[in-house]
Amino acid sequence: MDILFSSVKELVALAEESGKPISEIMIEQEMQITKRTREQVVSQMERNLEVMEEAVEKGLKGVHSTSGLTGGDAVLLQTYIKSGNSLSGDLLLDAVSKAVATNEVNAAMGMICATPTAGAAGIVPGTLFAVKEKLNPTREQMVNFLFTSGAFGFVVANNASISGAAGGCQAETGSAASMAAAAIVEMAGGTPQQSAHAFSIVMKNMLGLVCDPVAGLVEVPCVKRNAMGAAKALVGADMALAGIVSVIPTDEVIEAMHRIGRSMPSALRETAKGGLAATPTGKRLESEIFGKKAAESGVE
Amino acid sequence: MKFRSVFDIIGPVMVGPSSSHTAGAARIGRVARTLFGRQPEWAEIRLYGSFAETYKGHGTDVAIVGGLLDYDTDDDRIRTAFEDAERLGMRYEFIAEEEEPEHPNTAKLRIGDKDGEMELTGISIGGGKMEVTELNGFPLRLTGHYPALLIVHHDRPGVIAGVSNALAAEGINIAHMECGRKEKGEMALMVIEVDQIIDEAMIRLISGLDNVTQVSILAD
Repeated sequence: MDILFSSVKELVALAEESGKPISEIMIEQEMQITKRTREQVVSQMERNLEVMEEAVEKGLKGVHSTSGLTGGDAVLLQTYIKSGNSLSGDLLLDAVSKAVATNEVNAAMGMICATPTAGAAGIVPGTLFAVKEKLNPTREQMVNFLFTSGAFGFVVANNASISGAAGGCQAETGSAASMAAAAIVEMAGGTPQQSAHAFSIVMKNMLGLVCDPVAGLVEVPCVKRNAMGAAKALVGADMALAGIVSVIPTDEVIEAMHRIGRSMPSALRETAKGGLAATPTGKRLESEIFGKKAAESGVE
Repeated sequence: MKFRSVFDIIGPVMVGPSSSHTAGAARIGRVARTLFGRQPEWAEIRLYGSFAETYKGHGTDVAIVGGLLDYDTDDDRIRTAFEDAERLGMRYEFIAEEEEPEHPNTAKLRIGDKDGEMELTGISIGGGKMEVTELNGFPLRLTGHYPALLIVHHDRPGVIAGVSNALAAEGINIAHMECGRKEKGEMALMVIEVDQIIDEAMIRLISGLDNVTQVSILAD
Protein backbone atom coordinates (compact mmCIF):
# COMPACT_ATOMS: atom_id res chain seq x y z
CA MET A 1 0.00 0.00 0.00
CA ASP A 2 2.25 2.72 -1.26
CA ILE A 3 1.18 6.33 -1.21
CA LEU A 4 3.00 8.11 -4.04
CA PHE A 5 2.35 11.62 -2.80
CA SER A 6 1.05 13.31 0.32
CA SER A 7 1.81 16.90 -0.62
CA VAL A 8 1.33 19.02 -3.72
CA LYS A 9 5.10 19.50 -3.90
CA GLU A 10 5.57 15.73 -4.19
CA LEU A 11 2.72 15.46 -6.68
CA VAL A 12 4.15 18.13 -8.99
CA ALA A 13 7.67 16.69 -8.70
CA LEU A 14 6.40 13.22 -9.64
CA ALA A 15 4.58 14.60 -12.66
CA GLU A 16 7.55 16.68 -13.81
CA GLU A 17 10.10 13.89 -13.37
CA SER A 18 8.00 11.32 -15.20
CA GLY A 19 6.61 13.68 -17.80
CA LYS A 20 3.12 12.42 -16.97
CA PRO A 21 0.10 14.59 -16.24
CA ILE A 22 -1.17 14.81 -12.65
CA SER A 23 -4.26 12.79 -13.57
CA GLU A 24 -2.00 9.88 -14.54
CA ILE A 25 -0.13 10.01 -11.21
CA MET A 26 -3.50 9.89 -9.43
CA ILE A 27 -4.63 6.87 -11.45
CA GLU A 28 -1.37 5.04 -10.69
CA GLN A 29 -1.63 5.74 -6.96
CA GLU A 30 -5.24 4.58 -6.92
CA MET A 31 -4.28 1.32 -8.64
CA GLN A 32 -1.50 0.73 -6.11
CA ILE A 33 -3.54 1.52 -3.02
CA THR A 34 -6.69 -0.33 -3.94
CA LYS A 35 -4.98 -3.14 -5.86
CA ARG A 36 -7.34 -2.68 -8.78
CA THR A 37 -6.73 -2.55 -12.51
CA ARG A 38 -6.62 0.66 -14.51
CA GLU A 39 -9.85 -0.39 -16.20
CA GLN A 40 -11.66 -0.77 -12.87
CA VAL A 41 -10.41 2.56 -11.55
CA VAL A 42 -11.20 4.46 -14.74
CA SER A 43 -14.64 2.90 -15.14
CA GLN A 44 -15.61 3.94 -11.60
CA MET A 45 -14.65 7.51 -12.47
CA GLU A 46 -16.61 7.28 -15.72
CA ARG A 47 -19.67 6.39 -13.66
CA ASN A 48 -19.08 9.50 -11.50
CA LEU A 49 -18.83 11.59 -14.66
CA GLU A 50 -22.17 10.20 -15.88
CA VAL A 51 -23.87 11.09 -12.59
CA MET A 52 -22.45 14.61 -12.83
CA GLU A 53 -23.66 15.00 -16.40
CA GLU A 54 -27.16 13.81 -15.49
CA ALA A 55 -27.31 16.22 -12.53
CA VAL A 56 -26.26 19.18 -14.71
CA GLU A 57 -28.87 18.30 -17.34
CA LYS A 58 -31.58 17.86 -14.74
CA GLY A 59 -30.74 21.15 -13.04
CA LEU A 60 -30.71 23.06 -16.32
CA LYS A 61 -34.30 21.97 -16.88
CA GLY A 62 -35.20 23.55 -13.55
CA VAL A 63 -35.62 21.93 -10.12
CA HIS A 64 -36.84 23.26 -6.78
CA SER A 65 -36.11 22.12 -3.24
CA THR A 66 -38.88 21.10 -0.87
CA SER A 67 -38.15 24.07 1.41
CA GLY A 68 -38.63 26.42 -1.53
CA LEU A 69 -35.43 28.28 -0.69
CA THR A 70 -33.58 27.36 -3.87
CA GLY A 71 -34.21 26.32 -7.45
CA GLY A 72 -34.62 27.72 -10.93
CA ASP A 73 -31.54 29.97 -10.93
CA ALA A 74 -29.65 27.78 -13.40
CA VAL A 75 -32.48 28.31 -15.88
CA LEU A 76 -32.42 32.08 -15.31
CA LEU A 77 -28.70 32.17 -16.08
CA GLN A 78 -29.04 30.11 -19.27
CA THR A 79 -31.80 32.41 -20.50
CA TYR A 80 -29.65 35.43 -19.70
CA ILE A 81 -26.65 33.98 -21.56
CA LYS A 82 -28.85 33.42 -24.63
CA SER A 83 -29.92 37.10 -24.53
CA GLY A 84 -26.34 37.95 -25.54
CA ASN A 85 -26.02 40.64 -22.91
CA SER A 86 -23.72 38.92 -20.44
CA LEU A 87 -20.88 41.10 -19.19
CA SER A 88 -18.55 38.57 -17.57
CA GLY A 89 -18.51 36.23 -20.56
CA ASP A 90 -20.59 33.33 -21.78
CA LEU A 91 -18.18 30.54 -20.79
CA LEU A 92 -17.82 31.87 -17.26
CA LEU A 93 -21.56 32.23 -16.82
CA ASP A 94 -22.14 28.81 -18.35
CA ALA A 95 -19.86 27.32 -15.67
CA VAL A 96 -21.72 29.27 -13.01
CA SER A 97 -25.11 28.08 -14.26
CA LYS A 98 -23.99 24.44 -14.42
CA ALA A 99 -22.55 24.62 -10.90
CA VAL A 100 -25.86 26.09 -9.73
CA ALA A 101 -27.77 23.39 -11.63
CA THR A 102 -25.91 20.63 -9.78
CA ASN A 103 -26.42 22.20 -6.38
CA GLU A 104 -30.08 22.82 -7.03
CA VAL A 105 -30.44 19.10 -7.76
CA ASN A 106 -28.52 18.33 -4.56
CA ALA A 107 -30.73 20.62 -2.48
CA ALA A 108 -33.77 18.84 -3.93
CA MET A 109 -32.35 15.53 -2.60
CA GLY A 110 -31.45 14.41 -6.10
CA MET A 111 -28.53 12.19 -7.11
CA ILE A 112 -25.14 13.88 -7.31
CA CYS A 113 -21.47 12.99 -7.03
CA ALA A 114 -19.75 14.60 -4.05
CA THR A 115 -16.70 16.66 -5.14
CA PRO A 116 -15.30 16.69 -2.50
CA THR A 117 -18.58 17.06 -0.63
CA ALA A 118 -22.23 17.30 -1.63
CA GLY A 119 -22.50 20.91 -0.54
CA ALA A 120 -19.66 21.79 -2.92
CA ALA A 121 -20.66 19.32 -5.64
CA GLY A 122 -21.44 21.94 -8.29
CA ILE A 123 -18.04 23.51 -8.88
CA VAL A 124 -16.01 20.69 -10.44
CA PRO A 125 -18.74 19.50 -12.85
CA GLY A 126 -19.93 23.05 -13.50
CA THR A 127 -16.52 24.17 -14.74
CA LEU A 128 -15.85 20.87 -16.51
CA PHE A 129 -19.02 20.94 -18.61
CA ALA A 130 -18.53 24.62 -19.45
CA VAL A 131 -14.86 24.30 -20.45
CA LYS A 132 -15.85 21.26 -22.51
CA GLU A 133 -17.70 23.53 -24.92
CA LYS A 134 -14.51 25.45 -25.71
CA LEU A 135 -11.78 22.79 -25.48
CA ASN A 136 -13.74 19.87 -27.00
CA PRO A 137 -12.04 17.23 -24.83
CA THR A 138 -12.36 13.49 -25.37
CA ARG A 139 -14.34 11.51 -22.80
CA GLU A 140 -10.99 10.25 -21.46
CA GLN A 141 -9.78 13.82 -20.94
CA MET A 142 -12.99 14.60 -19.08
CA VAL A 143 -12.41 11.63 -16.79
CA ASN A 144 -8.83 12.81 -16.31
CA PHE A 145 -10.17 16.22 -15.24
CA LEU A 146 -11.78 14.41 -12.31
CA PHE A 147 -8.60 12.52 -11.44
CA THR A 148 -6.60 15.75 -11.39
CA SER A 149 -9.23 17.42 -9.19
CA GLY A 150 -9.12 14.35 -6.97
CA ALA A 151 -5.33 14.43 -6.66
CA PHE A 152 -5.39 17.93 -5.22
CA GLY A 153 -8.42 17.14 -3.07
CA PHE A 154 -6.61 14.08 -1.75
CA VAL A 155 -3.80 16.27 -0.43
CA VAL A 156 -6.25 18.75 1.13
CA ALA A 157 -8.34 16.02 2.78
CA ASN A 158 -5.29 14.41 4.37
CA ASN A 159 -3.44 17.56 5.40
CA ALA A 160 -6.33 19.88 6.21
CA SER A 161 -10.04 19.11 5.86
CA ILE A 162 -12.84 18.91 3.34
CA SER A 163 -15.61 19.07 5.95
CA GLY A 164 -17.57 22.23 6.65
CA ALA A 165 -18.18 21.10 10.21
CA ALA A 166 -14.44 20.82 10.76
CA GLY A 167 -13.06 23.62 8.57
CA GLY A 168 -15.88 25.89 7.38
CA CYS A 169 -16.91 26.54 3.78
CA GLN A 170 -13.30 27.23 2.78
CA ALA A 171 -12.77 23.48 3.26
CA GLU A 172 -15.74 22.63 1.03
CA THR A 173 -16.34 25.14 -1.78
CA GLY A 174 -12.80 26.47 -1.22
CA SER A 175 -11.31 23.05 -1.85
CA ALA A 176 -13.67 22.35 -4.76
CA ALA A 177 -12.91 25.62 -6.57
CA SER A 178 -9.15 25.18 -6.11
CA MET A 179 -9.31 21.57 -7.29
CA ALA A 180 -11.31 22.62 -10.35
CA ALA A 181 -8.84 25.38 -11.20
CA ALA A 182 -5.97 22.89 -11.17
CA ALA A 183 -7.90 20.49 -13.41
CA ILE A 184 -8.89 23.23 -15.89
CA VAL A 185 -5.21 24.13 -16.28
CA GLU A 186 -4.30 20.54 -17.14
CA MET A 187 -7.15 20.22 -19.64
CA ALA A 188 -6.12 23.50 -21.27
CA GLY A 189 -2.56 22.25 -21.74
CA GLY A 190 -0.87 23.92 -18.77
CA THR A 191 1.97 22.38 -16.76
CA PRO A 192 1.63 20.53 -13.43
CA GLN A 193 3.26 23.51 -11.71
CA GLN A 194 0.72 25.84 -13.31
CA SER A 195 -2.04 23.60 -11.93
CA ALA A 196 -0.54 24.04 -8.48
CA HIS A 197 -0.38 27.81 -8.91
CA ALA A 198 -4.00 27.91 -10.05
CA PHE A 199 -4.99 25.88 -7.00
CA SER A 200 -3.14 28.27 -4.68
CA ILE A 201 -4.46 31.43 -6.31
CA VAL A 202 -8.04 30.26 -5.86
CA MET A 203 -7.62 28.79 -2.38
CA LYS A 204 -6.06 32.02 -1.14
CA ASN A 205 -9.26 33.75 -2.12
CA MET A 206 -11.46 31.25 -0.32
CA LEU A 207 -9.58 31.35 3.00
CA GLY A 208 -11.71 32.26 5.97
CA LEU A 209 -15.00 31.43 4.30
CA VAL A 210 -17.38 30.26 7.02
CA CYS A 211 -20.07 27.58 6.87
CA ASP A 212 -23.32 29.24 7.94
CA PRO A 213 -26.24 27.48 6.25
CA VAL A 214 -29.63 29.07 6.81
CA ALA A 215 -31.89 26.66 8.71
CA GLY A 216 -29.09 24.12 8.43
CA LEU A 217 -30.10 23.45 4.84
CA VAL A 218 -27.53 22.98 2.09
CA GLU A 219 -29.19 25.76 0.11
CA VAL A 220 -28.58 29.33 1.31
CA PRO A 221 -25.83 30.39 0.77
CA CYS A 222 -24.40 27.09 -0.54
CA VAL A 223 -25.83 27.27 -4.06
CA LYS A 224 -24.47 30.76 -4.68
CA ARG A 225 -21.13 29.88 -3.10
CA ASN A 226 -20.86 27.12 -5.69
CA ALA A 227 -21.70 29.68 -8.36
CA MET A 228 -18.92 32.03 -7.29
CA GLY A 229 -16.57 29.11 -6.66
CA ALA A 230 -16.95 28.10 -10.30
CA ALA A 231 -16.22 31.67 -11.40
CA LYS A 232 -13.10 31.85 -9.24
CA ALA A 233 -11.90 28.49 -10.53
CA LEU A 234 -12.01 29.71 -14.12
CA VAL A 235 -10.37 33.05 -13.38
CA GLY A 236 -7.68 31.37 -11.25
CA ALA A 237 -6.95 28.90 -14.05
CA ASP A 238 -6.65 31.72 -16.58
CA MET A 239 -4.30 33.62 -14.27
CA ALA A 240 -2.02 30.60 -13.89
CA LEU A 241 -2.11 29.89 -17.63
CA ALA A 242 -1.11 33.52 -18.20
CA GLY A 243 2.03 32.81 -16.20
CA ILE A 244 1.06 34.29 -12.85
CA VAL A 245 2.52 32.40 -9.90
CA SER A 246 1.46 32.08 -6.27
CA VAL A 247 4.01 33.58 -3.90
CA ILE A 248 2.96 31.22 -1.10
CA PRO A 249 3.59 27.57 -2.04
CA THR A 250 0.48 25.38 -2.36
CA ASP A 251 1.19 23.16 0.64
CA GLU A 252 1.60 26.22 2.85
CA VAL A 253 -1.69 27.62 1.57
CA ILE A 254 -3.36 24.32 2.48
CA GLU A 255 -1.73 24.42 5.90
CA ALA A 256 -3.01 27.97 6.41
CA MET A 257 -6.52 26.82 5.48
CA HIS A 258 -6.24 24.07 8.08
CA ARG A 259 -5.14 26.48 10.82
CA ILE A 260 -7.87 28.96 9.96
CA GLY A 261 -10.46 26.19 10.11
CA ARG A 262 -9.28 25.08 13.51
CA SER A 263 -9.52 28.57 14.92
CA MET A 264 -13.06 29.12 13.58
CA PRO A 265 -15.70 29.16 16.31
CA SER A 266 -18.18 26.31 16.15
CA ALA A 267 -21.01 28.77 15.37
CA LEU A 268 -19.38 29.22 11.95
CA ARG A 269 -18.79 25.54 11.23
CA GLU A 270 -22.02 24.09 9.90
CA THR A 271 -24.03 24.44 13.11
CA ALA A 272 -26.41 27.01 11.59
CA LYS A 273 -25.84 29.22 14.63
CA GLY A 274 -23.76 32.07 13.20
CA GLY A 275 -23.19 34.17 10.10
CA LEU A 276 -26.05 34.29 7.59
CA ALA A 277 -27.98 31.64 9.54
CA ALA A 278 -28.13 34.03 12.52
CA THR A 279 -29.46 37.04 10.56
CA PRO A 280 -33.07 38.09 11.24
CA THR A 281 -34.13 36.71 7.87
CA GLY A 282 -32.12 33.54 8.35
CA LYS A 283 -33.81 32.91 11.69
CA ARG A 284 -37.26 33.74 10.32
CA LEU A 285 -36.80 31.27 7.47
CA GLU A 286 -35.66 28.61 9.92
CA SER A 287 -38.77 28.99 12.06
CA GLU A 288 -41.02 29.08 9.00
CA ILE A 289 -39.52 25.89 7.61
CA PHE A 290 -39.00 23.96 10.81
CA GLY A 291 -41.22 25.69 13.35
CA LYS A 292 -44.03 23.19 13.09
CA LYS A 293 -41.92 20.13 12.42
CA ALA A 294 -39.62 20.88 15.36
CA ALA A 295 -42.58 20.95 17.74
CA GLU A 296 -43.73 17.56 16.49
CA SER A 297 -40.39 15.80 16.82
CA GLY A 298 -39.94 12.91 19.21
CA VAL A 299 -41.14 9.34 18.93
CA GLU A 300 -42.75 8.77 15.59
CA MET B 1 -3.86 9.02 6.06
CA LYS B 2 -7.56 9.32 6.68
CA PHE B 3 -8.40 9.40 2.99
CA ARG B 4 -6.83 6.68 0.88
CA SER B 5 -8.77 6.67 -2.34
CA VAL B 6 -9.46 9.28 -5.00
CA PHE B 7 -13.09 8.17 -4.74
CA ASP B 8 -13.20 9.52 -1.20
CA ILE B 9 -12.69 12.91 -2.88
CA ILE B 10 -14.56 12.48 -6.17
CA GLY B 11 -17.50 10.56 -4.73
CA PRO B 12 -19.57 9.05 -3.36
CA VAL B 13 -22.48 9.13 -5.75
CA MET B 14 -25.25 9.96 -3.36
CA VAL B 15 -28.67 11.34 -2.69
CA GLY B 16 -28.24 14.96 -1.54
CA PRO B 17 -27.97 17.28 0.18
CA SER B 18 -24.89 16.75 2.41
CA SER B 19 -21.99 14.31 2.16
CA SER B 20 -21.20 14.51 5.86
CA HIS B 21 -24.75 14.90 7.16
CA THR B 22 -26.60 12.72 4.65
CA ALA B 23 -24.20 10.23 3.04
CA GLY B 24 -21.94 9.82 6.10
CA ALA B 25 -25.02 9.52 8.31
CA ALA B 26 -26.56 6.87 6.06
CA ARG B 27 -23.32 4.91 6.29
CA ILE B 28 -23.35 5.08 10.10
CA GLY B 29 -26.88 3.67 10.07
CA ARG B 30 -25.97 1.00 7.55
CA VAL B 31 -22.89 -0.16 9.47
CA ALA B 32 -25.05 -0.44 12.60
CA ARG B 33 -27.58 -2.48 10.65
CA THR B 34 -24.85 -4.73 9.22
CA LEU B 35 -23.29 -5.30 12.63
CA PHE B 36 -26.68 -6.02 14.16
CA GLY B 37 -27.17 -8.55 11.40
CA ARG B 38 -30.88 -7.97 10.83
CA GLN B 39 -33.51 -5.30 10.62
CA PRO B 40 -33.97 -3.76 14.09
CA GLU B 41 -37.48 -3.26 15.46
CA TRP B 42 -36.60 -0.05 17.21
CA ALA B 43 -33.86 2.58 17.16
CA GLU B 44 -32.95 5.31 19.60
CA ILE B 45 -30.68 7.81 17.87
CA ARG B 46 -28.78 10.45 19.80
CA LEU B 47 -27.22 13.26 17.79
CA TYR B 48 -24.41 15.53 18.91
CA GLY B 49 -22.72 18.74 17.74
CA SER B 50 -23.46 19.85 14.20
CA PHE B 51 -25.60 16.71 13.72
CA ALA B 52 -27.81 17.84 16.62
CA GLU B 53 -28.05 21.41 15.36
CA THR B 54 -28.84 20.76 11.71
CA TYR B 55 -30.08 17.20 11.31
CA LYS B 56 -33.51 18.13 9.99
CA GLY B 57 -32.14 20.47 7.33
CA HIS B 58 -29.62 17.96 6.07
CA GLY B 59 -31.85 14.93 6.11
CA THR B 60 -29.48 13.33 8.64
CA ASP B 61 -32.50 11.70 10.29
CA VAL B 62 -33.93 10.13 7.11
CA ALA B 63 -30.42 9.08 6.11
CA ILE B 64 -29.70 7.24 9.37
CA VAL B 65 -33.09 5.53 9.25
CA GLY B 66 -32.41 4.70 5.59
CA GLY B 67 -29.07 3.21 6.59
CA LEU B 68 -30.79 1.12 9.26
CA LEU B 69 -33.04 -0.18 6.47
CA ASP B 70 -29.85 -1.18 4.61
CA TYR B 71 -30.07 1.57 1.99
CA ASP B 72 -26.76 2.67 0.47
CA THR B 73 -25.85 6.35 -0.01
CA ASP B 74 -26.97 6.30 -3.65
CA ASP B 75 -30.31 4.64 -2.94
CA ASP B 76 -33.20 6.87 -3.92
CA ARG B 77 -35.34 5.25 -1.22
CA ILE B 78 -33.45 7.31 1.42
CA ARG B 79 -35.97 10.04 0.67
CA THR B 80 -38.87 7.89 1.84
CA ALA B 81 -37.03 6.12 4.67
CA PHE B 82 -39.46 7.34 7.36
CA GLU B 83 -42.48 5.97 5.51
CA ASP B 84 -40.60 2.77 4.70
CA ALA B 85 -39.61 2.28 8.36
CA GLU B 86 -43.23 2.62 9.40
CA ARG B 87 -44.32 0.11 6.80
CA LEU B 88 -41.58 -2.33 7.82
CA GLY B 89 -42.40 -1.98 11.51
CA MET B 90 -39.29 -0.15 12.72
CA ARG B 91 -39.91 2.51 15.38
CA TYR B 92 -37.33 5.26 15.72
CA GLU B 93 -36.69 8.20 17.99
CA PHE B 94 -34.27 11.11 17.58
CA ILE B 95 -32.75 12.91 20.54
CA ALA B 96 -30.70 16.05 19.95
CA GLU B 97 -28.08 16.19 22.72
CA GLU B 98 -26.50 19.42 23.94
CA GLU B 99 -23.31 17.84 25.23
CA GLU B 100 -20.24 18.94 23.23
CA PRO B 101 -18.85 15.87 21.42
CA GLU B 102 -15.21 15.20 20.56
CA HIS B 103 -16.13 15.22 16.87
CA PRO B 104 -18.75 17.68 15.55
CA ASN B 105 -20.69 15.05 13.61
CA THR B 106 -21.41 12.32 16.12
CA ALA B 107 -24.35 9.91 16.32
CA LYS B 108 -24.97 7.33 19.02
CA LEU B 109 -27.35 4.59 17.95
CA ARG B 110 -29.07 2.09 20.23
CA ILE B 111 -30.97 -0.44 18.15
CA GLY B 112 -32.66 -3.68 18.98
CA ASP B 113 -35.46 -6.20 18.75
CA LYS B 114 -36.92 -8.90 20.98
CA ASP B 115 -33.74 -10.96 20.63
CA GLY B 116 -31.20 -8.36 21.62
CA GLU B 117 -29.83 -4.89 21.33
CA MET B 118 -26.68 -3.08 20.24
CA GLU B 119 -25.12 0.31 20.74
CA LEU B 120 -22.82 2.04 18.26
CA THR B 121 -21.23 5.46 18.10
CA GLY B 122 -20.20 6.75 14.70
CA ILE B 123 -18.65 9.95 13.44
CA SER B 124 -18.95 11.41 9.97
CA ILE B 125 -15.56 12.80 9.00
CA GLY B 126 -16.41 14.48 5.69
CA GLY B 127 -16.88 13.56 2.06
CA GLY B 128 -19.29 10.79 3.03
CA LYS B 129 -16.73 8.88 5.08
CA MET B 130 -17.44 7.65 8.59
CA GLU B 131 -15.68 5.94 11.46
CA VAL B 132 -16.98 3.80 14.29
CA THR B 133 -15.65 5.03 17.64
CA GLU B 134 -17.57 2.82 20.02
CA LEU B 135 -19.46 -0.46 19.84
CA ASN B 136 -21.46 -1.85 22.76
CA GLY B 137 -19.40 0.16 25.21
CA PHE B 138 -16.10 -0.91 23.65
CA PRO B 139 -14.10 2.07 22.48
CA LEU B 140 -12.76 1.43 19.00
CA ARG B 141 -9.91 3.06 17.23
CA LEU B 142 -10.79 2.21 13.68
CA THR B 143 -8.37 4.26 11.66
CA GLY B 144 -10.10 3.69 8.37
CA HIS B 145 -6.73 3.08 6.68
CA TYR B 146 -7.40 -0.59 6.15
CA PRO B 147 -10.36 -2.90 5.62
CA ALA B 148 -11.58 -3.87 9.09
CA LEU B 149 -13.43 -6.91 10.36
CA LEU B 150 -15.70 -6.49 13.36
CA ILE B 151 -16.58 -9.73 15.04
CA VAL B 152 -19.00 -10.02 17.93
CA HIS B 153 -18.55 -13.32 19.75
CA HIS B 154 -18.99 -15.17 23.02
CA ASP B 155 -16.02 -14.84 25.35
CA ARG B 156 -14.72 -18.42 25.13
CA PRO B 157 -11.22 -19.87 24.74
CA GLY B 158 -10.10 -20.48 21.18
CA VAL B 159 -12.41 -18.05 19.37
CA ILE B 160 -9.65 -15.54 18.66
CA ALA B 161 -7.31 -18.33 17.54
CA GLY B 162 -10.02 -19.70 15.24
CA VAL B 163 -10.45 -16.36 13.52
CA SER B 164 -6.74 -15.65 13.14
CA ASN B 165 -6.14 -19.16 11.79
CA ALA B 166 -8.88 -18.69 9.21
CA LEU B 167 -7.29 -15.43 8.06
CA ALA B 168 -3.80 -16.91 8.00
CA ALA B 169 -4.95 -19.86 5.90
CA GLU B 170 -6.06 -17.43 3.19
CA GLY B 171 -2.84 -15.41 3.39
CA ILE B 172 -4.54 -12.41 4.95
CA ASN B 173 -2.22 -10.34 7.10
CA ILE B 174 -3.42 -8.65 10.29
CA ALA B 175 -2.32 -5.00 10.53
CA HIS B 176 -3.89 -4.17 13.85
CA MET B 177 -6.10 -6.05 16.29
CA GLU B 178 -8.12 -5.21 19.38
CA CYS B 179 -10.08 -7.56 21.59
CA GLY B 180 -12.36 -6.66 24.44
CA ARG B 181 -15.28 -7.88 26.50
CA LYS B 182 -17.75 -6.46 28.92
CA GLU B 183 -17.61 -9.22 31.52
CA LYS B 184 -15.82 -12.52 31.75
CA GLY B 185 -17.62 -15.17 29.72
CA GLU B 186 -20.06 -12.68 28.23
CA MET B 187 -20.17 -10.92 24.88
CA ALA B 188 -16.83 -9.91 23.41
CA LEU B 189 -15.64 -8.01 20.38
CA MET B 190 -12.72 -8.42 18.05
CA VAL B 191 -11.67 -5.68 15.67
CA ILE B 192 -9.15 -6.72 13.08
CA GLU B 193 -7.65 -4.44 10.47
CA VAL B 194 -6.12 -6.34 7.58
CA ASP B 195 -3.93 -5.57 4.59
CA GLN B 196 -5.94 -7.46 1.99
CA ILE B 197 -9.47 -7.21 0.68
CA ILE B 198 -11.81 -9.57 2.54
CA ASP B 199 -14.30 -11.37 0.32
CA GLU B 200 -17.77 -12.73 1.03
CA ALA B 201 -16.49 -16.30 1.32
CA MET B 202 -14.16 -15.32 4.16
CA ILE B 203 -16.99 -13.53 5.96
CA ARG B 204 -19.17 -16.62 5.63
CA LEU B 205 -16.34 -18.82 6.90
CA ILE B 206 -15.76 -16.70 10.00
CA SER B 207 -19.51 -16.37 10.62
CA GLY B 208 -19.68 -20.15 10.77
CA LEU B 209 -17.01 -20.50 13.48
CA ASP B 210 -18.11 -21.61 16.96
CA ASN B 211 -19.20 -18.82 19.29
CA VAL B 212 -19.11 -16.14 16.61
CA THR B 213 -22.42 -14.27 16.59
CA GLN B 214 -21.94 -11.41 14.14
CA VAL B 215 -19.39 -10.52 11.53
CA SER B 216 -19.21 -7.26 9.69
CA ILE B 217 -16.72 -5.52 7.51
CA LEU B 218 -15.81 -1.90 7.12
CA ALA B 219 -14.08 -1.56 3.81
CA ASP B 220 -13.99 2.19 3.24
